[in-house]
Amino acid sequence: MQKEKINLISKFKNANKNFKSNCITYGIILAAFLLIQILVSAGAVSNLIKGLLVPLCTYAILAVSLNLTVGILGELSLGHAGFMCVGAFAGAFFSKCMVGAIPSAIIRFPLAILIGAVCAGFFGFLIGIPVLRLKGDYLAIVTLAFGEIVKNIINCLYVGRDSKGFHFSMEDTASLGLEEGGEVIIKGAQGITGTPNDSTFTIGIVLLLITLFIVLNLIHSRDGRAIMAIRDNTIAAESVGIHITKYKLMAFSISAALAGVAGVLYAHNLSTLTALPKNFGYNQSIMILVFVVLGGIGNIRGSVISAVILTLLPELLRGLKDYRMLIYAVILIAMMLFNWSPKCRELREKYSFKQLLAKRKNKKEAA
Amino acid sequence: MSFIQYLINGISLGSVYALIALGYTMVYGIAKMLNFAHGDVIMVGAFTVYTLCSTLGLPPAVGILVAVVLCTCLGISIEKVAYKPLRKAASPLAVLITAIGVSYLLQNAVLLIFGADTKAFTSVVPIEPIKLADGQISISGETLVTVLVCLVIMVSLILFINKSKVGQAMLAVSEDKGAAQLMGINVNSTIAITFAIGSALAAVAGVLYCSAYPSLTPYTGSMPGIKAFVAAVFGGIGSIPGAFIGGILLGIIETFGKAYISSQLSDAIVFGVLIVVLLVKPSGLLGKNIQEKV
Amino acid sequence: MKNMKKVISLALTAVLAASMLTGCGGNKADSDTFRIGGIGPTTGGAAIYGTAVMNAAQLAVDEINAAGGVNGYQLALNFQDDEHDAEKSVNAYNTLRDWGAQIILGSVTSAPCIAVAEKTQADNVFQITPSGTAVDCVKYDNAFRVCFSDPTQGVISAQYIKENGLGTKVAVIYDSSDTYSTGIYESFAAEAATLGLEIVATEAFTADTNKDFSVQLQKAKDAGADLLFLPIYYSESALILSQAAQIEYAPVIFSVDGMDGILGVENFDASLAEGVIFLSPFTSTVNAKAEVFSAAYEEKYGEIPNQFAADAYDAVYIIKQALEQGNATPDMSESELCDLLKAAMVEIEFSGTTGNSITWGADGEPTKEPIVIKIVDGVYTIM
Repeated sequence: MQKEKINLISKFKNANKNFKSNCITYGIILAAFLLIQILVSAGAVSNLIKGLLVPLCTYAILAVSLNLTVGILGELSLGHAGFMCVGAFAGAFFSKCMVGAIPSAIIRFPLAILIGAVCAGFFGFLIGIPVLRLKGDYLAIVTLAFGEIVKNIINCLYVGRDSKGFHFSMEDTASLGLEEGGEVIIKGAQGITGTPNDSTFTIGIVLLLITLFIVLNLIHSRDGRAIMAIRDNTIAAESVGIHITKYKLMAFSISAALAGVAGVLYAHNLSTLTALPKNFGYNQSIMILVFVVLGGIGNIRGSVISAVILTLLPELLRGLKDYRMLIYAVILIAMMLFNWSPKCRELREKYSFKQLLAKRKNKKEAA
Repeated sequence: MSFIQYLINGISLGSVYALIALGYTMVYGIAKMLNFAHGDVIMVGAFTVYTLCSTLGLPPAVGILVAVVLCTCLGISIEKVAYKPLRKAASPLAVLITAIGVSYLLQNAVLLIFGADTKAFTSVVPIEPIKLADGQISISGETLVTVLVCLVIMVSLILFINKSKVGQAMLAVSEDKGAAQLMGINVNSTIAITFAIGSALAAVAGVLYCSAYPSLTPYTGSMPGIKAFVAAVFGGIGSIPGAFIGGILLGIIETFGKAYISSQLSDAIVFGVLIVVLLVKPSGLLGKNIQEKV
Repeated sequence: MKNMKKVISLALTAVLAASMLTGCGGNKADSDTFRIGGIGPTTGGAAIYGTAVMNAAQLAVDEINAAGGVNGYQLALNFQDDEHDAEKSVNAYNTLRDWGAQIILGSVTSAPCIAVAEKTQADNVFQITPSGTAVDCVKYDNAFRVCFSDPTQGVISAQYIKENGLGTKVAVIYDSSDTYSTGIYESFAAEAATLGLEIVATEAFTADTNKDFSVQLQKAKDAGADLLFLPIYYSESALILSQAAQIEYAPVIFSVDGMDGILGVENFDASLAEGVIFLSPFTSTVNAKAEVFSAAYEEKYGEIPNQFAADAYDAVYIIKQALEQGNATPDMSESELCDLLKAAMVEIEFSGTTGNSITWGADGEPTKEPIVIKIVDGVYTIM
């Protein structure tokens, strides 16, 4: 009886702790949102920051969604930009086609986001079925391969539309065989141009909150615990009856779908969408991984914060001119060492604020 | 006839990948880390030779020697500053991220020193191409040398690791760092030696890579770095003959994909084959399949 | 760990606050200089082009300032890196707006340029791109360009090859991951079809496989192509030329303005490029102005300028001429300057390093004749 009671209390405390931590996360984002809105209306925000607000949301969503795969599921994925790319092109394709039919952005954009998420999630599911039985670096390389395949295929994909419907080709515009007045929507390496600029900071923040809500709730749900059990010990998890493939697929497809959402947000922030190595190649996938690792693997709030810092940093270093990217690299290494090195951690704990306070207290008491 | 020529082209491209993958897999197998900066060490090696030989006019042998020494020092210092403090970090991913940081650092440092312009690298291989079947088939001197160097490096690495004391220590460290330390092996210096060898191989690879494809920019290293990673995984992580075979096969698949399917989709073909192979053999061609115990 | 988070959050807030403050302090007050904002890649794989534009634009600005400026006012140039990425390019644009840029020179590459054009149109800022070749770069009436558009180059190339009988069987090698290259290839293929020019091999490569061209060349050779069309940049062309020599394949090589600069590749064996023909608005010897510019550029930066540099150099002088035409003063707002320059652009006739008597239509396209250049004895020769 007594034992049960203690159990219940600790359970309640635990739930309460999670709830509190989640509320802090949402609170930080809402506070940041309000602060920036106030500053913007007061005209105190530079153009640069104004322009960065949507990208910041995009990268925060990407980091959070990748953290689901890397931190919660415990698998290394180097193809996250591939899912983002699928989402971006699916969403932009929809918007470009429907811009005439649905003139209202309020209706069109959520649909585009939904389509981007579904497409990316579907690809995540499709890739996940065969791939998730691989482990570690082998899984990493297969996801990297997937990302590169997506980029390569999109660079060769031509889609046009005329009165007879859609035409596809993998060669060039001419082979689409469009009739007079037909419109080429996806133009190979030239991508999609003229996507409506529907992304706004408010929508970005709402999407970020939804992403956080999905991921945080998943983590603290029964399913989430099953996923983490798989991460900690696959065989043990299997032996207690957890369906490994099901949960792995679940985490992987949700992560992919959320990356797709970020992709749609990205695509509707710029009027041009091309699958360059810079934005959808493995470099981008690695960059998202950097956000996750720097912020703390499995630490969702950390992902948001590090995505924001690392996206802002190169822009704020613009004053350094030629030395900008060099200093950026140095800061990245330094931050990693500071955050992850066991020695630094020891030092930090020794000289932490709390410790100092405690020491002072002790001294006072002694006196 | 063109089939044979494509095969030769594939081997020639693959031998370059294999050469880079050998150095990569060395570090990968023993220090158990994806060294994303390996490609950039290759680039530094190539720039060293370019500066010494093409700009200052020194003989290639001197250039290569200096490049090897410089890259070895570079490798050791990168390990010391950026990787070693994180060896005991809570997650192995931490060191992967600093490796990316080092990669950016090297690229941008070289960009500042040499500028962004493409430089034409003078081949260090003085051998004329060999012509067979009335000149219908040609094998370049670079290909011959690269394949030869690959084989020599592969055999000596295998011998070194299996026969020498240091090599045995490396194997021990790769199996279990703690146990190795208990057996009196200096883990720190063993890993430093691993990086030294890996970086020296990177310098050699850089020179031959740029001799075969003579264009040099600060970003020259990033693509072969990733391809070497692919080749190493393809052949089986940590397996030295695997890296060689993986590299050669990668080159052949890429070439045949371009030749017989589509040059537009060559990347997709290469990576598609890679996925299929890994699904059939989940630990690479020559990788050990380690059964996980509870 | 917890403490760490606090530190990071604090640092972040501080950084954010600082960045906003720098925004407020934009010193737009001094009205005795025209502020030109340049955008282009100075790091990353496309850094060659962005750096050339940055250097040449700076050279032009310095020259103009030394000669007394524009309408008696000085020019100021601020060049921002965009890493050849659309999103970074918009960031660069916003940074420049914070600095108080009144005129935008850029972006250097096509896709980023399209993204920036959307913003300049919304803000009504005058934009002139030295080298954004995609059609959509100058889609709006506030944007103009100095270079040719992609379709123009493709069409003219096909016509020139046909008219001069340079080849009967054409092979093309293009970069299927690049906007510029695919743009030219597409219009070339379309024009070739209407002219009855036979394309026997169409081969591609991507940014990740831009070293080994042996297969593409072998296929072109096996198809019996006697002319190889290369709508790509010179860094890849240099490799293609040396690999073609290795397999003893010597077709007529025809290229576009991306080829200009090949002789400037450090340590390049110029004999490989012997006989290469390409269309370009510029080489260092094309006219007297180009010679003066090339000499000045070489003296300052130690290398021969390519067409990117020339286009950028001209762009600054075009801005100057347009400002003079409209009697502009620096105290005008961006929007006023934009309207004034838009009107002035269609009136001026410009002669510079990339052509004589260039005029612009309201669509932003220049009227200039491409020059056909052949490499003879290791030098660019005008045909």
